[in-house]
Amino acid sequence: MSTFVATAGRPARARQAARAFALTAIAALLLGLPWWGTAWLGRAVEIAYMLSLAMLWNLLAGFAGVVSIGQQAFVGLGGYALFALVILAGVPPLAALPLAGVVAAVVALPVALLLFRLRGPHLAIGSWVVAEVFRLVAAQISALGGGSGQSLPVAAVRGIARSRSAREAITYFIALALAALCLALVWGLLRARQGLGLTAMRDSEAAAASLGVNVRRLKLTVFVAVAGATGLLGALIFLQTLRISPDAAFSVTDWTANVIFIVVIGGIGTLEGPFAGTAVFFLFRGLFAGFGGWYMIALGALAILVMLLAPAGLCGAVSHRFGVTLFPMRRRLGTAPAAAPGLPTASPN
Amino acid sequence: MQWLDIIVQGALVGGLYALFATGLSLIFGVMRLVNLAHGDLIVLAAFLSLACVQHLGFSPALSLAIVVPGMALLGYAMQRVMLNRTLGGDILPPLLVTFGLSIVIQNTLLEAFSADSRKLHFGGIETASIRLLPGVSIGWYPLIVLLAAVVVIGGLQLALYRTRLGAAMRATSDDPVTVRLMGVDNRHLFALAMAASLSVCAIAGVLMAGWTNFDPLSGPERLLYAFEAVIIGGLGSLWGTLAGGMILGIAQSVGGAFDPGWQILAGHLAFLVVLSATPRGLFPRMAD
Amino acid sequence: MSVPLLATRGLTAWYGDFQALFGINLDVREGEVIALIGANGAGKSSVLKAVCGLLPVARDSVRFAGTLIGGMDAHRIVRRGIAMVPEGRKLFPSLSVEENLRLGAYAARPGPWSLDRVFSLFPILAERRDAPATSLSGGQQQMAAIGRALMANPRLLLCDEISLGLAPIVIRDVYAALPSIRAEGTSLIVVEQDISQVLRVAQRVYCLRKGRVVLEGSSDGLAREDIRMAYFGM
Repeated sequence: MSTFVATAGRPARARQAARAFALTAIAALLLGLPWWGTAWLGRAVEIAYMLSLAMLWNLLAGFAGVVSIGQQAFVGLGGYALFALVILAGVPPLAALPLAGVVAAVVALPVALLLFRLRGPHLAIGSWVVAEVFRLVAAQISALGGGSGQSLPVAAVRGIARSRSAREAITYFIALALAALCLALVWGLLRARQGLGLTAMRDSEAAAASLGVNVRRLKLTVFVAVAGATGLLGALIFLQTLRISPDAAFSVTDWTANVIFIVVIGGIGTLEGPFAGTAVFFLFRGLFAGFGGWYMIALGALAILVMLLAPAGLCGAVSHRFGVTLFPMRRRLGTAPAAAPGLPTASPN
Repeated sequence: MQWLDIIVQGALVGGLYALFATGLSLIFGVMRLVNLAHGDLIVLAAFLSLACVQHLGFSPALSLAIVVPGMALLGYAMQRVMLNRTLGGDILPPLLVTFGLSIVIQNTLLEAFSADSRKLHFGGIETASIRLLPGVSIGWYPLIVLLAAVVVIGGLQLALYRTRLGAAMRATSDDPVTVRLMGVDNRHLFALAMAASLSVCAIAGVLMAGWTNFDPLSGPERLLYAFEAVIIGGLGSLWGTLAGGMILGIAQSVGGAFDPGWQILAGHLAFLVVLSATPRGLFPRMAD
Repeated sequence: MSVPLLATRGLTAWYGDFQALFGINLDVREGEVIALIGANGAGKSSVLKAVCGLLPVARDSVRFAGTLIGGMDAHRIVRRGIAMVPEGRKLFPSLSVEENLRLGAYAARPGPWSLDRVFSLFPILAERRDAPATSLSGGQQQMAAIGRALMANPRLLLCDEISLGLAPIVIRDVYAALPSIRAEGTSLIVVEQDISQVLRVAQRVYCLRKGRVVLEGSSDGLAREDIRMAYFGM
C-alpha cells in the first residue's frame, strides 16, 4: 500500500535552471533601469504601483471574496498621512512612508468592522461611501490644502535626495521594493496554511467554515493587510507627484476602475492575472492615448466582454487551455516510496 | 421656525432620493442584483430629455413620453442580452459588468455632451411656492416630485400585491428555481423588472434635471444616495425607501445649514450611523 | 401496446463533475401511478428534475406525449402538462396560501383543477387561505404544495418525497388525496424513501440504486424481500 504525500509541484531540473536564469536576467534589467533607461523611470514607477494595487485588489476580491470599490479610500489616506506627517509633524518623507501604511492599516480596522455588517454588493457600495467620506473630510482640512490640495514643501523634497535624478531613482527602487513586497505577501499568504483557508473560502465559504476556517477573522486580516499595503502605495504615489488633492487622492477612476479592469482582464483569482492585466492596460493606454474618452469606453467595454464571455480573464483562459501557470500553487499528491519491495514508486512531477 | 423649514426642505428632497432609490430597491428585491450603473442611467435619462428638448423642441414634461418608454426598452434589452448571464450565485460578474457599464455610460455621455453642467427648465413652476407657515414655504416643484415618488411607489406596490405578474415577481424573489415550475419564464420576468426599474430611473432623471444641475459624471453620486436611502429605509420595503430618502434628505439639509461644505458629508455620516446601529435598516422586510 | 405518456431512454445526468444518473429507462402509462424508490442519493430526485426541466439532459432521453422534451426549459415543460411537487414543499414565503395556489395556475392550462376544486380536496387550505404559506404546519404545507402543482392541470404529476418530515397520521391524510387526483385522469410518479405508503397506491415500482434502475415490476407482483435487497444492494 503506497502512502500519499502532499508535495508542492516541482518542475524538472532543466526548467528550474532556465527559470532561475530568466529571473536573474529580469532582476538585473530592473535594478539597472536608473542607469540604462532614465526616461522610463516615471513610467516604471507607475507600472509598479498599478501592478501592486492590482495584486492587492485581486487578493481581496479574488481570494478573500471581499469586493471593494472603495480602495481609493486607503490610497488617499496613505497619501494624506504622508503629507500630514511631513508638513505638520516634520517627519522626513522616506520615514513617513511606512508610517503612512501603518496609519492606513489602523484606520482600516474600524472601517472593516463597520463594512462587514453589509454583504456582497452592498459591502461594495458601502466601501465607496467610506471613500467619499474620506474625500469630503480631506477637502475640509485647510491645513493640508482643503479642496484644492497641497504641494510637498521644497525643503522636505530636498531631504529625500539632493538631485532630481537621485530622487527619481530612489522613488523607483521603493516602487520596485513595494511591488516585490506585495508579490511576496500575496504568494506567501496563499502558500501558507492561511492560504489554503483562503482558497477554500473562495470556493465555498460554508464548507470552509465547517472545516474550522475562521472566515470572518481571515477576511478581516486580509482587509487590514491590504489596506495597509494600499496606504503605503498611496504614500508612494503622492511622493512621486509631490502634490496631493482630494479629487486626485480619492479618485475612483484612477485607483479603483483602472485597477479592477486590470485584474478582470488579466484574470481574477490567479497570481499571474495582475501581471497580464497591467501589461494590457499600459499597452492599451499607449495605443489609445490620443483618443480621449473613447479609451475609457473601450476599456469598460472590454472588461464587460471579458466578464461575460471569458470570466477567467487572460491568464485563466491560458491556464485552462494549456495547463500552464507561472506561479504554481497547486499541491499535487505524490506517492511516497513503499516500504515493501516490488511495489511501484512514482516520483511527483 | 428656521429649523422646521430646514427639515421640511430636507424631507421634500427625500422624494427625489426615493425616486432614485426605488428602481435600485426593486431590482435587488427581485433578482438580488445591485446595478452599479443605476446612477448613470438616471443621468442618461436626464440627457435624453435634454436632447428631446434641444433637438425636438419638446417641453421637458413632454419628453417623458419618449424617455420613459425608451429607457424601459433599454432596460429590457440590457437585462436579456447582458445581465441575465451574470446572475446565478457569484457576486462578482454582475458587479463588474454593471461597473463597466457605468464607466461606458459616463464616458459616452462625456463624448456626446461635453463635461458642461446642465439643467432643464420646466418654466415658472420651478420657482413657485406656497407659504404654509411663517418661515416655511414649500416649492411647487419639490412637492410635485414628492407626489410623483408617492404615486410611483404606490403604483409599484399595487402591481406587486394585486397582479398576477406581481405575485410572480415576489415568488421569484423568494425562490427563483421553484418559480420556474409554475410556468414562469425567469429571463422574461427579470427583463420586465429591469424595464420597470429603468422607467422609474427615467422619471427620476427628468425630474432631477429640472431640480438641480447635472453633468455626465453625476451618476455615481446619485447611486450612492439611492443606495443609502435603500439601506437606511430597510431592504425589501418600497415605502421604507421613501422614509430612507427623507431621512437622508433631512440629514443633508441639517448638515448644510451648519456649513454648505458639510451637506453631502452629513448624509453619508447619517448612513454610516444607521448602518452601525441597525445594519438591516429601519423598516426591513426582506429575509436578505 | 399503448404508447407511454412518459418514456425515458438512456437518461444520464450530471451535477458538474458528478454523474447522478447512468442510463435510466422508465415508462409511465396514462393513468398509472409509478413509485420510484431508493435510498438517499440513489438518484430519484434527479430523475424527476430531469423530467421537469430543472436538470439539463440530452434532448432525446425524455419523451412526453410524443414530443422530445429532454433539456427543455422548465417553464415550457409545465405548459406541456408536467407539474412537480418539489422536495421540501418549497412554498413561497412572501405569498399567502391562496397566492401560492393561484401562482400554480400561471401557465393557465385548461382542466378540472381550479382554486375551488383544490379547496374541496384540501378543506384546511380554504380555512387558512390568507395566511402566509409558511405559517402552516408541515402536513398542511404539503397539501398546499400538491394543490399548487394541481392548479397547473398537469397530465403528469411528479411528487418528490411528499412524506418527508411528516408524522405517520399526516402522511396518511396526504396520501388519501392521491386517488382523487388519479380519478381526474392525472398520472403520477411518486418518489419516496419510505416504501410502505407508496407501494399501496402505486401500480408499478422502479427501485434505484446509485443512479441505476436495479429492480422494476408491479407493486403486488414483487416480493418485499426482493425490494429490500434491491434497495440496499445486498
